[in-house]
Amino acid sequence: MTEKFDSVVVGGGPAGIAAAYTMAKAGLRVLVLEKGEKPGAKNMFGGVIFRHHTEKIAPEFWKTAPVERHVVEYQYWFLSKDSHVLLSHRNQKFNGRYNAFTVHRAKFDPWFAKLAEDAGALMINRTTVDDVIRENGMIVGVKTERGDVMADVVVAADGVNSMLSKQAGLRDELPTDAAVLAVKEVIALPKQKIEERFNLGPDEGTAALLVGCGPGMHAGFMYTNRDTISLGIGISINDLEKSKQRPNEIYEQFKKHPSIVPLVKEGELKEYSAHLIPEGGYEYVANIYTDGLLVAGDAAMLVNAINWEGTNLAMTSGILAGETVIEAKKKGDFSSNTLSNYRQRLEESFVLKDLKKYREIPKFFASNPHFFTTYPEAINELAYMWHVVDDGLKQDHVKEMKSRLFKQRSRLGLIRDAYHIWRLFS
Amino acid sequence: MSTQRVLTITDKLYRNRYKVDEESHLWIKDPKMCLKCPFDFACIRVCPTDVYKWEENKITITYDACVECGACRIVCYDVGWKNPKGGFGISYKYG
Repeated sequence: MTEKFDSVVVGGGPAGIAAAYTMAKAGLRVLVLEKGEKPGAKNMFGGVIFRHHTEKIAPEFWKTAPVERHVVEYQYWFLSKDSHVLLSHRNQKFNGRYNAFTVHRAKFDPWFAKLAEDAGALMINRTTVDDVIRENGMIVGVKTERGDVMADVVVAADGVNSMLSKQAGLRDELPTDAAVLAVKEVIALPKQKIEERFNLGPDEGTAALLVGCGPGMHAGFMYTNRDTISLGIGISINDLEKSKQRPNEIYEQFKKHPSIVPLVKEGELKEYSAHLIPEGGYEYVANIYTDGLLVAGDAAMLVNAINWEGTNLAMTSGILAGETVIEAKKKGDFSSNTLSNYRQRLEESFVLKDLKKYREIPKFFASNPHFFTTYPEAINELAYMWHVVDDGLKQDHVKEMKSRLFKQRSRLGLIRDAYHIWRLFS
Repeated sequence: MSTQRVLTITDKLYRNRYKVDEESHLWIKDPKMCLKCPFDFACIRVCPTDVYKWEENKITITYDACVECGACRIVCYDVGWKNPKGGFGISYKYG
């Protein structure tokens, strides 16, 4: 017994649900297949969802959605072994016009999926897709453990490990230089403790990025939720392969940093999770459409690592995939001829424009890991020398600061780095 | 301040929710290749939940600890990896 839909969406995350919602709203018959026991069951991120892009589907969603806190402060930590330098931006504008919300994916994703269901999409959980079905070179459906499902267009929103885009012949294995392993703990603390420790109002939240606490290219992250803290670290797979430490050991070392300990002490571990992040950027967004299939979200490697954005790119790619299918349905053409418009729409949107703008950045940082190791160390040494009071004259301290800095990085190296950073971002 | 006990992976994974299938979703395609592993046992080293171990000249797989991140899959082509059956495997409560 096979059923035929206008579209089958594989994966009930932000990309898949945005696609399903868009198509169902336009009256298409849509089926969403989710492998987890419910949407979000397999999903982990830092992290935040963004108001601007989430509102395109659900205006004023924070009034009903299970969000944790809205971010009012962004922090950048530069860690040395026993010190830190902290740069922070808090803005009351984020209280007036929300920018981003921390969420737990296992709570938010089911709520988001309900929007697609309410719009008319059929949602089936606990169903793993095994392969695509082809007919005369076209992808015309998917094989699942519960039977075959046919569709005019398959939307592969099956995440970073996308089996479907491989089966569709669109990509090889995820390259190790484009993948970051994130390891995270959810740590429970009373609401008031979180607000005291992070100097927050009742619904206010902090998002923090921390560098200088691990091997090679890495970044720690810390997000405040209602009564939990999400603390984690992302390490590039290439650097992890070279490291003598295991992921959990790297995380534990980070968590024991004397500047982190007071923030999470007495907290109770609620969950330990890990996930890959496709951080390769524009160069790795290769083939994302073929006859009868579109790829969206992490499966299409749509992550902006520099600005810590992912869910907004996922949702937008889902909407654009949905719109492309609607157009294809009108034309009655589900071949690449029409589906290639998806790529075009992405290129014209912020999704690929931003990634294209920053296309050289992932490689640059991967081949210059001293930005994550040497510089945080040097910044801390300089800060120490600036503040320490002893018998030394200020001119000696400044001299010492210079000599310590140049020991870490040569004058030429510093100029070269400054030039590259300016060029990459301008 | 009390010194906090170091949580091992086993301690941590007790906090996670899993629905364990009888059949593994992970396997080694050619166990002979492991005897002269060209990747210095990358599967063991990159796994965040210590799924892989080298015991009696072969890789053993504790698949029920797997959080399905996929790191093992991309560092070694000899690792067989598929999605667990629907509803099985890790099931995050927070995520």
